[in-house]
Amino acid sequence: MALDDNIVQRWRNSDLLLLGGSAGSFKPIYHCVKLFPKNLNKTVIIIIHRKKNFFSEIEKLFADNSRMMMREVTDKDVLNANTIYIAPANYHTLIEKDKSFSLDVSEAIWYSRPSIDVTFESASEIYKNRCTAVLFSGANPDGAEGLLKLRHKGALTIVQDPDDAEMREMPQAAIALNAAEYTLNTKDIFELFQK
Amino acid sequence: MHDSVETITAPQVIEIIDLVKQIYGFDFGSYTKASLKRRVTRIMQLKKLQFYDLKHILVNDSGFFQQFLEEITVNVTEMFRDPSFYSSFNKQVIPYLASYPHAKIWCAGCSSGEEVYSLAILLQQAGLRKKSFIYGTDINTECLKEARKGIYSLRKIKSYAENYQLAGLEGSITDHFTILYDAASIHSELKQNTLFSVHNLVSDNVFNEFQLITCRNVFIYFEIALQEWILDLFYQSLAPLGFLCLGAKETIRSDNFRKKFKVINQKENIYQKIGS
Repeated sequence: MALDDNIVQRWRNSDLLLLGGSAGSFKPIYHCVKLFPKNLNKTVIIIIHRKKNFFSEIEKLFADNSRMMMREVTDKDVLNANTIYIAPANYHTLIEKDKSFSLDVSEAIWYSRPSIDVTFESASEIYKNRCTAVLFSGANPDGAEGLLKLRHKGALTIVQDPDDAEMREMPQAAIALNAAEYTLNTKDIFELFQK
Repeated sequence: MHDSVETITAPQVIEIIDLVKQIYGFDFGSYTKASLKRRVTRIMQLKKLQFYDLKHILVNDSGFFQQFLEEITVNVTEMFRDPSFYSSFNKQVIPYLASYPHAKIWCAGCSSGEEVYSLAILLQQAGLRKKSFIYGTDINTECLKEARKGIYSLRKIKSYAENYQLAGLEGSITDHFTILYDAASIHSELKQNTLFSVHNLVSDNVFNEFQLITCRNVFIYFEIALQEWILDLFYQSLAPLGFLCLGAKETIRSDNFRKKFKVINQKENIYQKIGS
């Protein structure tokens, strides 16, 4: 699908970019991270499912290859532009009205903490239409409900084309809920992010 | 998981907070709103209540309020949550506690007691159990009942086995429990030097002097002003050079309190009281 004016305009107008995914999402999200210029002029939040107590190299790998500032969310951090935040393992990440983060250790959702749904829903209330969200590959339906809430608030909602995804269930669940305004392959997603 | 009830709005959350404060005296006004909103929505979903029904039942049924209180506070906890914290604790805090003839410990926001018993196991392995005493406090009386019993499902205890091992402790977690069918009961000697009681960090005061206070994954539910109010309470409750342990993602932000607490371990958020 070619990128139309609507999608490009709304991407440009977004203050916040949400990237969510589970199994099979690391590669495309890593590519996004490498792509972003230092002054993207947006806040980026990454929510990737991962195991607690597993000090993966994800954060380090992202930080080493990103031109943007990068940090794992600490309680009450303020959301700054030109910064990539990673939702920490074993917490849910929420956004407060004053655009600061708050964390929560309540029950896992879809066996996941961080839950993509929780952050997406919370962002939808604060950022409304000034937000772009992308749901990538994954083997469970987390994120679909949250993406729908974002769409209802006017955010630009995108899923990775299930045919293009390593695991189709996550983007497929969002499509089934009619949560995705656009279904794009990774090539188009990367192209959009450079507009 | 489709919404079967309406989603509550931010002003409606404030309405509920005000109502609870007026009727029951519990003040959730300085709790973080995004999390509260999730909790209230969850209660409405569980009990299949619309916003109006929730208000009505809160006003007219004090029995319901107890359930409300249990649900609105997050009581999810683990034994040896963040194993790296416990291994750092062993190296950096235990030697300090060992230097006292008697160590008093306050575990603030202890929920169903898992953290208190994790500390008790650590102290036992360091040979300090008999000369230390752990006070576990929470606002939730139902959780405190569970904590006093010290009986957990075997499935739950087994799920902490990985934490236990990663924390670098001797033996295995089940060594500290008596297991009967699917229940795991903490050994009675680990319960001996513990006391669980109600304490509300928002409204209650200093009740003793401690060599160590742990308050992990509690601050995340509080706005910064309330966090500072409680930091002051902790400061006053600590003996000189006493230790304060916060959760892995919680930090002391204000310059004022940064002067009063020295960072012992940046990553694990272990602090030590300095000044008078």
